[in-house]
Amino acid sequence: MTDVLEYLPKRLAPEETPKPQGVTNWRYAQGDIAQLWLDCADTGTNVISEAVLRELDTLLDQIKGDRPRALVIRSAKAGGFAAGADIDGFADLRGDKAVQMLEQGHAVLDKLAALPFTTIAVVHGNTLGGGLELALACDHRIGVEGVKVGFPEVQLGLHPGLGGTVRLTQLIDPVAAMQMMLTGSSAHDRKARKLGILDALVPERHVEAAICAAAAGKLDHYSGGLRATAMRTRAARALAATRMRSEAEKKAPNQHYPAPFALINLWEDHGGDATEMQKAEIASFAELLDSATAQNLIRVFFLRRKLKSEGKGKDGIDHVHVIGAGAMGAEIAAWSAMQGKRVTLEDVALEPLGKAVKRAVGIYDKKHLSGIDARDALDRMMPDPNGLGRARADLVIEAAPEKLEIKDKIYASLAGVMKPNAILASNTSSLKLADLVATAPDAGRFAGLHFFNPVSQMPLVEVVSHDGAEARTLDRLAAFAEGIDRLPVRVTDYPGFLVNRILGPYLMEAMVMLEEGKSKEEIDCAALAFGMPMGPVTLADQVGLDICLEVARSLRNGLDRPMADTPDWLAEMVDKGHTGRKSGRGLYDYDNGETPPDLPADDPADSIIERLILPMCDAGVECLRKGVAQDADSVDAAVIFGTGWAPFRGGPMHYAKVRRDVPRRLEALAAEHGVRFAPDKGWASFG
Amino acid sequence: MTRPVYLVDGARTPFLKARGGPGPFTPVDLAVQCGRPLLMRQPMPRDAFDLVILGCVNVIQDEMNPARVAALRLGMGDEQVAFTVQINCGSGMQSIDTAFRYIRDGSHEMILAGGTEALSHAPLVYNREATEWFGGMAQAKGAMDKAAKLTELRPDFFSPVIGLERGLTDPITSLNMGQTAEVLAHRFGIDRETADAYAVDSHKRLAAAQADGRLDHEVLPAFDRDGVAHKTDDGVRPDNSMDQLAKLGPAFEKPYGKVTAGNSSQITDGASWVILASETAVKAHGLDPIARLVDSEWAALDPSIMGLGPVLASTPLTQRHGLAVDDIDLWEINEAFAAQVLSCLTAWQDDDFCRDVLGYDTAFGRIDRGRLNVDGGAISLGHPVGASGNRIVLHLANAMKTKGARRGIATECIGGGLGGAMLLEAV
Repeated sequence: MTDVLEYLPKRLAPEETPKPQGVTNWRYAQGDIAQLWLDCADTGTNVISEAVLRELDTLLDQIKGDRPRALVIRSAKAGGFAAGADIDGFADLRGDKAVQMLEQGHAVLDKLAALPFTTIAVVHGNTLGGGLELALACDHRIGVEGVKVGFPEVQLGLHPGLGGTVRLTQLIDPVAAMQMMLTGSSAHDRKARKLGILDALVPERHVEAAICAAAAGKLDHYSGGLRATAMRTRAARALAATRMRSEAEKKAPNQHYPAPFALINLWEDHGGDATEMQKAEIASFAELLDSATAQNLIRVFFLRRKLKSEGKGKDGIDHVHVIGAGAMGAEIAAWSAMQGKRVTLEDVALEPLGKAVKRAVGIYDKKHLSGIDARDALDRMMPDPNGLGRARADLVIEAAPEKLEIKDKIYASLAGVMKPNAILASNTSSLKLADLVATAPDAGRFAGLHFFNPVSQMPLVEVVSHDGAEARTLDRLAAFAEGIDRLPVRVTDYPGFLVNRILGPYLMEAMVMLEEGKSKEEIDCAALAFGMPMGPVTLADQVGLDICLEVARSLRNGLDRPMADTPDWLAEMVDKGHTGRKSGRGLYDYDNGETPPDLPADDPADSIIERLILPMCDAGVECLRKGVAQDADSVDAAVIFGTGWAPFRGGPMHYAKVRRDVPRRLEALAAEHGVRFAPDKGWASFG
Repeated sequence: MTRPVYLVDGARTPFLKARGGPGPFTPVDLAVQCGRPLLMRQPMPRDAFDLVILGCVNVIQDEMNPARVAALRLGMGDEQVAFTVQINCGSGMQSIDTAFRYIRDGSHEMILAGGTEALSHAPLVYNREATEWFGGMAQAKGAMDKAAKLTELRPDFFSPVIGLERGLTDPITSLNMGQTAEVLAHRFGIDRETADAYAVDSHKRLAAAQADGRLDHEVLPAFDRDGVAHKTDDGVRPDNSMDQLAKLGPAFEKPYGKVTAGNSSQITDGASWVILASETAVKAHGLDPIARLVDSEWAALDPSIMGLGPVLASTPLTQRHGLAVDDIDLWEINEAFAAQVLSCLTAWQDDDFCRDVLGYDTAFGRIDRGRLNVDGGAISLGHPVGASGNRIVLHLANAMKTKGARRGIATECIGGGLGGAMLLEAV
């Protein structure tokens, strides 16, 4: 039997409109109001590729001849209008070739903008980057509820390149436009309407009526208002640009991230002259595309896609049972519930369960869930002091304290209780799965599922195998991680797994430097100057000094190589309860108002940076040699998405490849500071 | 054909005393809080129910037909039929009775029946003139019109009454519920000390049941958005003494009344659910029922003595099944007021009352306090009106199982002059 809602027709059937002869990405229907549907071949998501623009160019000539009253451009894909430009298509273009491609693209959109009849873009879902630029070339934009518009190019080290910088700053308040492009943040439906990007915002069922209104000239534009007029003078733009530069420098220093500054220059110099600005946009975009930053950020984009593809397929997991309502368990539960899973969260005590609910409320608040969505997510997340979910869950995630006895006891109590096909996964970060598997109810359906703290902000999840794990179990866990909008990386059972193995030396070396008498600010600011999101001292406080100690111990004991000693005072601090940010005091004294530095050092000591960074490269090479990760790209992806490792440098393996001198520098460091820096033998076959 | 009907399981939230201002949960929030773990601990899929019925007196504006809202929020599926019932203080029992009859008569196999109430969320009610003024203000167009309207404002527009107070006042006799208890106390000669002693006992019983863990399967913790885990009924005062209660003045009829805040039920928020199933459903899902519902009865009387409802509703049950006072091993009589429960007990022991009003030859007899409200009642744990009737049936079933009792009656008085009663048997 069919569900009645499923049965009812959606009344939107773009597939009934044919693709013209020789056209693969567009459907076209002639008429008084002509309809043009973007429907990229062989994919579920539209992107603005060279082929899409080339075909549009030809179609526009034909449509001009057809002389309709109005032309509507919309998307045949359910997910959105268009996700952006075709990154695969332009990533490898350089210099003149890039300029040539951009000029062709501009010519097509200019042709669209110059049509002698009304043009209307109907946008729904993701309308980003090149997709938004296409819509901006139309006379009107009608948004369907739920639409999301934006220019995320800055995240790739670029700025809009198909006229977006010109058209958006002319359409709406230019300061707001610049803000959107500089931050890469998108505007959801009502916000986009308010900004004036959309002329109307309607539910799908009123789109036809809105099109008719637009075609009849009854849909008004919102003009950018007073500020738009004021910003036509160069003096006003110069003032605003100065402010923007100082803001941008705080968030992403020019040295590492040139795109925002290029964009600000572009607008300041040419914001009063559309033709000039268009020319300058092409030149600036082509130059940025050549930069190492853009190339590395584009690389990060591809790495994300690679990890996502590792989680393909169905997970068969509707209900997740999380055991342990500490910070980690609570975050996993709240996040999974937000992503639509039914969740039970078990703990022996009620108090942490209550705190977990509060934490979930905070996460949903931060993620801007509507009242109804937050309520539904909270309804799906059931605190479960009696462990009722154990027998009903398809996946049990153990997030209990890092003690073998505790975990063993939990696993033993799950035997005969879990559903026959259910998976047991441990979120352990410092214990070896080989030591845990003995008490697991079923070795084949046991594996590691290692999240990073805080789950709601760190996208990586390590899917950890062990000798007895079934391939299907690992596939399901990877699919689960991908299904809850996290990025799975498959790793083997190794001390610290992949990410902590690599991160360990970064934190441990910082402790050694503190012991040597270097100041924590000096160390942190050097790391910030390299481009790390936070210095190692701050990070140690964030992770928790107790956890750091545990990870350091497991690395020292488990690895067949010399590691840095942990200073005694660290264990003493932990004993006193000074475990880091969570306790209000760690290496920094938060309770007494001490805040870690957030500005990079102007003139950082190379010696500090090398001692912090190069051992991470070395650990990555060791992991590759030991088969912990599948390839160097997986290592880079895991370290970037699990720790925020300077993304514009492309990851530690990529960095080492570009630098080429890492093993040599390690040898020098070993001579100066000790054998812990001795390069791994895997370097011989690396690169 | 009548079929046996089983009470399979049930759960409720802790009853949370209203402490000024809205509590952490709405009526549906409460129903979801206890419904989730209940559905989780039973083996049937959550879409296996034919019907959801929920009793609720004070429905809030955001949750029209709370039964349906609760069913959807509990993930019971878009196709889950659900309706809300309201018979004032009997609503939570009305849901069980409706389910009982549907299953008994063969049209349904398994029903989730509950009751919920968030008395702390009772709205402020403005008088009619004030309401009209607010309406006019909302319609006023332009500054002049608004200003003109503003001059009509009177201070007494801002003296709303708590809706709850109105809800607890009988619309026919204009007597407050507490006043109906005063009437009974007077008619049956219940003195203040006896009523206070009953109240002290109620608190001691609940405290003992909590301490022994006897409620752990029935009362499941509720978790609010501020991170508070509500574990137990929080109105209990185990060290309540006669001296302390004696210090309280009359709550409803100053200065001579006998009914005080101390010997009345508490104003609380709470919800309760039970799962009722036919034999077919019990077998199909491998369920393990705790009791069988045998019969039910509703009765009506003059609103000013609504407190005698339990006597009038229970008597047809005992008469129909030929049961003497000793045949009923356990009683749950909802403790609206100590004086009201005591009046019921007195009536049953009164030869003339039983002969003239109930049609017995002599008195029905004395209900031993050891068989009545064994784990406390509404005086100690509160009376969320729409939930109470559900709670007493659930608790009767659980207490019967714990004590190995064979037969029990749960009964309640209902504001407006009604009474409801259900007869349960051990499985």
